[in-house]
Amino acid sequence: MWAVVESWRLLAQGLLVTLAISAATVALGTVIGGLGGLVLLYGALPLRWLWRVYVDVVRGIPQLVLIFAIYYLLPVVGINVPAVVAGVAALSLFAGAHMSEIARGAIGSIPRGQHDAARALGLAFWGRLRWVVLPLALPRAIPPWVNTVVEMVKGSALVSLVSIVDLLFAAQKILERTGQAIPLYLTLCVVYFLINFGISRLGGMLERRFAYKT
Amino acid sequence: MQYFFNYPIVLRQFDQLWNGLLLAIGFAFVSLLIGAALGIVAAFARVYGGPALRGVVATYVEVVRNIPFLLLIFIMYFGIPSLKLGLGTFRLRLDENGATIAALAIYAGAYLTEIFRAGILAVPRQQIEAGRALGLTGLQVAWLITLPITFRVVLPSLGSTLISLFKDTSIASAISVRELTYAGIQINLQTWRVIEVWSLVAALYLATTAALAAGLRFLERRFAIPGWGQ
Repeated sequence: MWAVVESWRLLAQGLLVTLAISAATVALGTVIGGLGGLVLLYGALPLRWLWRVYVDVVRGIPQLVLIFAIYYLLPVVGINVPAVVAGVAALSLFAGAHMSEIARGAIGSIPRGQHDAARALGLAFWGRLRWVVLPLALPRAIPPWVNTVVEMVKGSALVSLVSIVDLLFAAQKILERTGQAIPLYLTLCVVYFLINFGISRLGGMLERRFAYKT
Repeated sequence: MQYFFNYPIVLRQFDQLWNGLLLAIGFAFVSLLIGAALGIVAAFARVYGGPALRGVVATYVEVVRNIPFLLLIFIMYFGIPSLKLGLGTFRLRLDENGATIAALAIYAGAYLTEIFRAGILAVPRQQIEAGRALGLTGLQVAWLITLPITFRVVLPSLGSTLISLFKDTSIASAISVRELTYAGIQINLQTWRVIEVWSLVAALYLATTAALAAGLRFLERRFAIPGWGQ
């Protein structure tokens, strides 16, 4: 247990990196996903196909392959950025693909009648989205979105494999020095569990907050 | 910028990628089998067990589903041997393949527990009561009635778990298991043909997930319960 107490500073720094990467990934992924949902439903044909290819390819390959591919690819195409940027880019693309499908499903599940009624009220496309369709679609998107957020916190641990000092990498470094595997791993289990359990709880509260009041 | 594609130099080591792919598929199927066994037992414990047993199962499910898979692999590979469990001169330790299968199976087991639980609860009461009325014991009802229906109900979820497991095998590259991603990293470092290597690796993963999905759709149609859910 001493290894954990003694090295708490390194672990805390790693935890901050894990949280920062997760937050950035979720934010970027949500933007990509929201846009993606609209493109997949209402986009012009070539754009819609391109987005479908992006979503299906990213969902069909492992997260880690995407991280390695982008990590090694960026320098080759002349983009020299720190590893953490490559990691966040890869994870965001992954989150964006999943969230595109979530947004498409949620928006697409709103009955045609709502669209038609909004049109009958004289609302233009963006007005229909803003005032009618999105308020109905949002509550449906929350549960799968929260699941994806948890997946992204878990997925953020993969960036330790491209030498980014996140929580897991910090633990591995301390492990090399002290050999105290079990106390370190137990601590990590507790920390990851608390983060993700907390997110699920918050998600449940969001769900109730935005549930239809009938 | 100028980039000259050179696939032949990468394809010369295609058998490394191919063997990695086969290993990954093998891992996925083996761990699905073990995970399903684990999941079925845990699901019955969760549905029919006492409060203590239910608590143990719930803890297992919640903890495993909320930690990164990479951490679970590290626990199996670095954590288990450090416990120095064993008898006499025997010490429990897992080699990299054993640790991978153990981690995948435990991971799958947690997800499958929830899936099987939903499947068990979906079995109509009348089916179970009819079995009891015929004089079957509790175990016979579970084996002859609940399980066959549950299996057919959960088959689609079982399939998506298999595909997730197959993709998760890539994480075993972290402990030097010679699966597809590990082969990709090795060839990448030898040849530095970044685009060729990773496009090929991605294509192999994509083709396999697509093939698995197609196979599963066939099985789902084959085993669908006529009239279920209508």
